Amino acid sequence: MKLPLLEIRNLHARVAAPGGREILKGVDLTINASEVHAIMGKNGSGKSTLAQVLAGREAYEVTQGEVRYKGGDLLELSTEERARDGVFLAFQYPVEIPGVSTSYFLKAAVNAIRKHRGQPEIDAKQFLDLVREKMKLLKMTPDFMNRAINEGFSGGEKKRNEIFQMAVVNPTLALMDETDSGLDVDALKTVAEGAVSLQRPDNAILIVTHYQRILQYIVPDVVHLMFDGRIVMSGGRDLAARVDTEGYDWVDKEVKQLV
Amino acid sequence: MPTQTREIETLANREYKWGFITDIEAESAPPGLNEEIIRFISLKKAEPDWMLQWRLKAYRHWLTMDEPHWAKVHHPPIDYQNTIYYSAPKPGKRPEEVDPELLKTYEKLGIPLQERAILAGVAVDAVFDSVSVATTFKEKLGSMGIIFCSFGEAVREHPDLVRKYTGSVVPYSDNYFATLNSAVFTDGSFVYVPKGVACPMELSTYFRINAKSTGQFERTLIIADEGASVSYLEGCTAPMRDENQLHAAVVELVALDNAKIKYSTVQNWYPGDKEGKGGIYNFVTKRGACRGVNSKISWTQVETGSAITWKYPSCILQGDNSVGEFYSVALTNNYQQADTGTKMIHIGKNTRSTIVSKGISAGRGQNTYRGLVKILKGAAHSRNYTQCDSLLLGDKCGAHTSPYIDVHNTTSRVEHEASTSKIGEDQLFYCKTRGISLEDAVSMIVNGFCKEVFRELPMEFAAEARKLLGVSLEGSVG
Repeated sequence: MKLPLLEIRNLHARVAAPGGREILKGVDLTINASEVHAIMGKNGSGKSTLAQVLAGREAYEVTQGEVRYKGGDLLELSTEERARDGVFLAFQYPVEIPGVSTSYFLKAAVNAIRKHRGQPEIDAKQFLDLVREKMKLLKMTPDFMNRAINEGFSGGEKKRNEIFQMAVVNPTLALMDETDSGLDVDALKTVAEGAVSLQRPDNAILIVTHYQRILQYIVPDVVHLMFDGRIVMSGGRDLAARVDTEGYDWVDKEVKQLV
Repeated sequence: MPTQTREIETLANREYKWGFITDIEAESAPPGLNEEIIRFISLKKAEPDWMLQWRLKAYRHWLTMDEPHWAKVHHPPIDYQNTIYYSAPKPGKRPEEVDPELLKTYEKLGIPLQERAILAGVAVDAVFDSVSVATTFKEKLGSMGIIFCSFGEAVREHPDLVRKYTGSVVPYSDNYFATLNSAVFTDGSFVYVPKGVACPMELSTYFRINAKSTGQFERTLIIADEGASVSYLEGCTAPMRDENQLHAAVVELVALDNAKIKYSTVQNWYPGDKEGKGGIYNFVTKRGACRGVNSKISWTQVETGSAITWKYPSCILQGDNSVGEFYSVALTNNYQQADTGTKMIHIGKNTRSTIVSKGISAGRGQNTYRGLVKILKGAAHSRNYTQCDSLLLGDKCGAHTSPYIDVHNTTSRVEHEASTSKIGEDQLFYCKTRGISLEDAVSMIVNGFCKEVFRELPMEFAAEARKLLGVSLEGSVG
């Protein structure tokens, strides 16, 4: 039997501070290679926290449960080890690093991953070719590479830069945290198409989103609804469509009936 | 995150790599300061009488002065009578022979002397404790009329120039430490670039304190005659010792009409240990005079060493249209204290100055920017732009800013921008989700913060500066 790429069992996490609130209250989720999953839910349901916990954010503490990734214990790995092993988080709010060019930053990322795989550092020509190809994909101008990472970027540029980076490092598990927010229709289309082009039989995408519009371009195999720190419902695209027309109130009601 | 803070602190606590002691025979004066010692130094250096008289005048004035305490630094009282004011490696059998131990030291430091200098294309003067041990490229520079030698040699060989300009920018009575230096200075570098000559290579001095209980009091004088230009680099290291050692240098720059001087420093004196024991007290007076019209003086400093740094490289913008610049990175960690900045004195018309100061504090380091922008009545249409940024690593360090602005006409314009930031947990997380280690992430963020200053440094020095901040930014685009 083929092992799932990602398997989350009864995952609990809280804010890592004295008296920190519990946010994830028993998440179960299985993602196989080649699949696209979407997690929807209203603000505060814990969907972004789940993405960040999977990426290894230290601001959250896992208190229970387990996460298997490629058959190994993901929670044992540090943030950077996860990244080098193919986990990529596209940020909801990309971070500015003044004075550090996108080019330098990205090269460091690529080389960290290559080093992990026992490969030599990428040479200048190879890097340039790779970057040019992916910039074309995301319809970006070359000056992008020389600008300090995310500094002075518009909201749309920041999101585009996230997916551009994702395209360059070519991850095994892509976590896209509200990539659609703040993007106009054209930009959304470009970014979504960029993400779709990265799909391979051996990788998977997990999209965290509030709205279903991005799912028109990146068609999910499974849609999950998250409510109060748990996945309460899973289904096909029709679930996303129902959220779009009816909002999230019906989810609340159905969950309450179950309790 | 507390764990993250601890990790950053560990990074900041890397050990001092230049802390070795060279075992060479030295000839030293007994500790203490009096007129006898000054006469001894002057005699050792075979100085003319006018130089000795100048020293004595400074010494007598120094006796009337008090150690200044206005800077935001704290240290136990300095025992000036327990410091050795002259220490020189004993000469070899032949007069031109440099002690092989000394050459090894410079090799360890990566300073190109002799053949290595030719490869590196940098002319080097190296000052070890109190004396200048070797000056490379002298002949090649000499053919263009450029004088680059030790200060001691300049006093003997070029007395007219030395007499005319020494003390003309930093008078012997200037301040406590400059006055002390004027009395007891031992060596340093001297540069004269004649009219219309652009010095074809970087000139460089490397200072090293080796002997125990020894103070270093070097004096550097650089003169760029009309239309001349020169770029000068200064580096410094010292062995690890438990006691504090005093370094009180004076640097004077003179730029005549249309001349340009660029002075870059990478200061890495021993900063003391993690508990704040030992380290160099770096009390330095650096000042440049833009005497001529359209002249320009640019200071760039990267200050990572010393237990205490007290240093304000300044520009006196006397000539009309003259330009002064100050670019600074000062890093303090453990118990290091830095009180540094600049003074820009605008006297001539249309004078311009730029100040970019980047302070980085880690551990329990305290970092103060102190600067004065003074625009006199006659300095019509002058401009200053000041930018002061502070970066904090951890929660036990401090950053302070004390800008003084004093403008006496209505046609001038002064701008001041300041910011204080912390390395954010979100920035580190962002880097780590890209596979970049914490160590590389911190280096990257710190270097990004310093970028505006590093790009002012000559290439080879910029590399050293980045390395000093624990970084490899090689291959960076843009």
